[in-house]
Amino acid sequence: MTRARYVLRGAALAITAVMAIACTGTPSASPGTTGATIARGAGGDLKILYWQAPTILNGHQAGGTKDQDASRMVLEPLAAFDNDAAAVPRLAAEIPTVANGGVSADLKTVTWKLKQGVKYSDGTPFSADDVIFTYTYMCDAKSAAISFGTCENVKSVTKKDANTIVVTYDLAQPFYLQWGTGTSGEILSLNAWKDCLAEKAKTCAADQKPIGTGPYKVREFKQGDVILFDMNENYREANKPYFKSVTWKGGGDATAAARASLQTGDVDYAWNLQVEATVLRGMATSSTSADLKSVYSNSLERLVLNSTNPSASLGEQRSEPGTKHPYLSDKAVRRALAMATDRTTVAEQLYGAGLTGKASCNVWNGGAAESKNTAALDVCKFDLNAANAELDKAGWVKGADGVRAKGGVRLEMLYQTSVNPLRQKTQDIMKANWEKIGFKVTLKSTDAGVFFTNTSPDGYLKFYADVEEFANSAGAPDLAGFMDDWTCKLAVGKANNWNLDNAERYCNPDFDKIIDQIRAEADPAKAAALVIQANDFLVADVAVIPIVNRTSATSGVAKSLKGVVLSGWDTETWDVANWYK
Amino acid sequence: MGRYVVRRLLIAIPTLLVISFVMYAILALAPIDPLASLATDPRVPPEARENIRIALGLDQPWPVRYVKWLIAVLQGDFGVSFMSHTSVSALLWQRLPNTLAVVGVAYIVGIFVAVPIGMLSAVRRNTLTDHAVSTLAYIGFSVPTFFTGLILIIIFSVKLHWLPFLYDSNLKVTDFNSLVGQLRQSIMPILVLGLFDAAVLTRYVRAEMLEHLPMDYVRTARAKGLKERAVVVRHALRNSLIPVVTLIALGVPTVFGGAIVTEQIFHVPGIGELLVRSIGSGDTPVVAAIVIIFAVLVVAFNLVADVLYGVLDPRIRYA
Repeated sequence: MTRARYVLRGAALAITAVMAIACTGTPSASPGTTGATIARGAGGDLKILYWQAPTILNGHQAGGTKDQDASRMVLEPLAAFDNDAAAVPRLAAEIPTVANGGVSADLKTVTWKLKQGVKYSDGTPFSADDVIFTYTYMCDAKSAAISFGTCENVKSVTKKDANTIVVTYDLAQPFYLQWGTGTSGEILSLNAWKDCLAEKAKTCAADQKPIGTGPYKVREFKQGDVILFDMNENYREANKPYFKSVTWKGGGDATAAARASLQTGDVDYAWNLQVEATVLRGMATSSTSADLKSVYSNSLERLVLNSTNPSASLGEQRSEPGTKHPYLSDKAVRRALAMATDRTTVAEQLYGAGLTGKASCNVWNGGAAESKNTAALDVCKFDLNAANAELDKAGWVKGADGVRAKGGVRLEMLYQTSVNPLRQKTQDIMKANWEKIGFKVTLKSTDAGVFFTNTSPDGYLKFYADVEEFANSAGAPDLAGFMDDWTCKLAVGKANNWNLDNAERYCNPDFDKIIDQIRAEADPAKAAALVIQANDFLVADVAVIPIVNRTSATSGVAKSLKGVVLSGWDTETWDVANWYK
Repeated sequence: MGRYVVRRLLIAIPTLLVISFVMYAILALAPIDPLASLATDPRVPPEARENIRIALGLDQPWPVRYVKWLIAVLQGDFGVSFMSHTSVSALLWQRLPNTLAVVGVAYIVGIFVAVPIGMLSAVRRNTLTDHAVSTLAYIGFSVPTFFTGLILIIIFSVKLHWLPFLYDSNLKVTDFNSLVGQLRQSIMPILVLGLFDAAVLTRYVRAEMLEHLPMDYVRTARAKGLKERAVVVRHALRNSLIPVVTLIALGVPTVFGGAIVTEQIFHVPGIGELLVRSIGSGDTPVVAAIVIIFAVLVVAFNLVADVLYGVLDPRIRYA
């Protein structure tokens, strides 16, 4: 991750914030607050099912979404993000902006006013010291927090008075809400975590039974199995939370979770029902117990084209930046592949046409920065004749076996992805079409635990293949953070231990120039225009072939459970205090 | 006998050392990465991943990690789970009761079903009963447990809504109602596993009985004028059970290992489920602990089986 990413996030946030305000005014409709019958603890037990069971209850040490979602029942950030990517105060009294004086004009200093009189579930008061402590904890490399990325460019976090803290960034920070917010921003109590700094963070008792300010507190936690929560009597908002207790069960698989939610009604809320769309649709439409709720942010399933040479004969130089792919370096070949990519069929047959994903030809999806120009591009239209014509024109000639070749280079391709039924079916659809235009495609799939590593030769980062497929999602309101993943300096290779984001090893100075412009752009509208420009550049140059924007949450919500508002920019439990029956 | 046991125990030490080394080497060299789930999360930058790797000690070469791990294990310390940051032994203790309540009970049920049925099947050889038992036994061990499990779920949970299929590990049996609750939630996995265990054992009991029934001592017993019941149960069955008992002893370690597939299907938070999840997430300390404990149990129960054999069958003497 580079400095660029957070600057870009700033632009992203600013854009979406402007968009949200322009469209809806204040986007803080929380149904739970309206009902007169809502009283604290009036509800019984809320049953939540995560088929990946939480193993730790501190978002900073999370091993995945499951842990972040579960810990947010207890721990809160300064501000959360709703589905319009707008910040909503949690422990902060208000969201700092330039207009209200919370953010300095040079975008380097952010002053957060904290809510007063907030108590932890054990009765101890919340104060600025806890926020400072959280900074010390998570921004120490030795604590090995997964939230460490949000510490980048943070110069200091200091206490102005008991209820005010000041976050100072090293440079102008258009995304000034970077630190202390959303999924990465859970505030830890100094009292509970004081013995968990640095090396001790890896064996911290408080991570198993966190004390927080959130609507619920932990009664019992069995790692990898079940968490029992009780309502937090000290929760600052009157009449909340509605449920007296929460049983958070983990384990099983997505199909079993869908069954428990949609068919037997054993649970009120079931997470991530990533079941094959045809099966899921059947379950959802015939369900008398629950509804399927999904939400989009930017979770793009894409085809990544290797711009370097993956040939094993190169030895150490295999897939290293600087080498050139034998045929994917020819833009005509890339364009032909894009034109032979049938994303509509994939979206309709495998993702249920909007149920778990929708077709997309954009690198960035959602909001003001979503490009409207790409739909008209020829590389975004499925047309096998055009693809064939493109290759004919470029001099790739079909041989007796139907495989095209030029100058001794044959269009033989290794196309890899992780083991996942949806991906294998996508591979089949792609292969059928690509072989029609003269490619010879070999498919390969690797277990996800191996594929998503920087160490395995079968991994997506070493990328010893010609084409690969995976999804990368934006967790925070990070719409442009995707864009710098195609800059030269983020190209993956041996020099950086295969530990960067540009898996394509795409490198184009013209593209890097657009990214530099975005970095320097303070005006949100102009930044959005630049993001669109960067998006169109990548799509037209076929640096990447977008396929489907997947839902960022696909949950089974019991018909009796009300007030569930999901956000693609924060954890699914970001607003759990407002759930009721 | 005492010397035999001591010798066997001494042989077990190098065996276990080799097992531990091979196992650790495989785990260390496998391409699985405990940080894989964080890899495509743009919020977790490479440097944060590197910090975690160092904190977990994964920056050290694996032979060094192996020696450290071995020394700790010899002192009874299985280390700390990468995923939950808690001690591995605590995790295992948490899960053992669930595994015993389901897999252990199923094993016992299987034994108690198999012995009488296998005996009956042998005594009534080539009758309708025998054929029915044999057919059921074949079905029992040829139909995979994930299939029978799903069938039961679809019938009793989805269609009839009689039984829950989410196992509640917090249910404590204190009164009649909670006992019913425990039975309701565990009957399906117990049935699935018990059927499988019973099927395998029934075949053994039947085969042993068939071998013993025509023997001279059985004829002698009959000639003495003993009742047929006494002949079968007290004479033939007793002798037939000697190899079956050793077989049962050899199967005990698998109970501890949990039922990987069945625990997954019925959401039973047992040791098998923990093992699978830990392999998937690259949680080496947990996998290593389960595998090594399993190896120790296998070695131990092999010895127990051999000793039992000697105790039950006076003809066998170890020197």
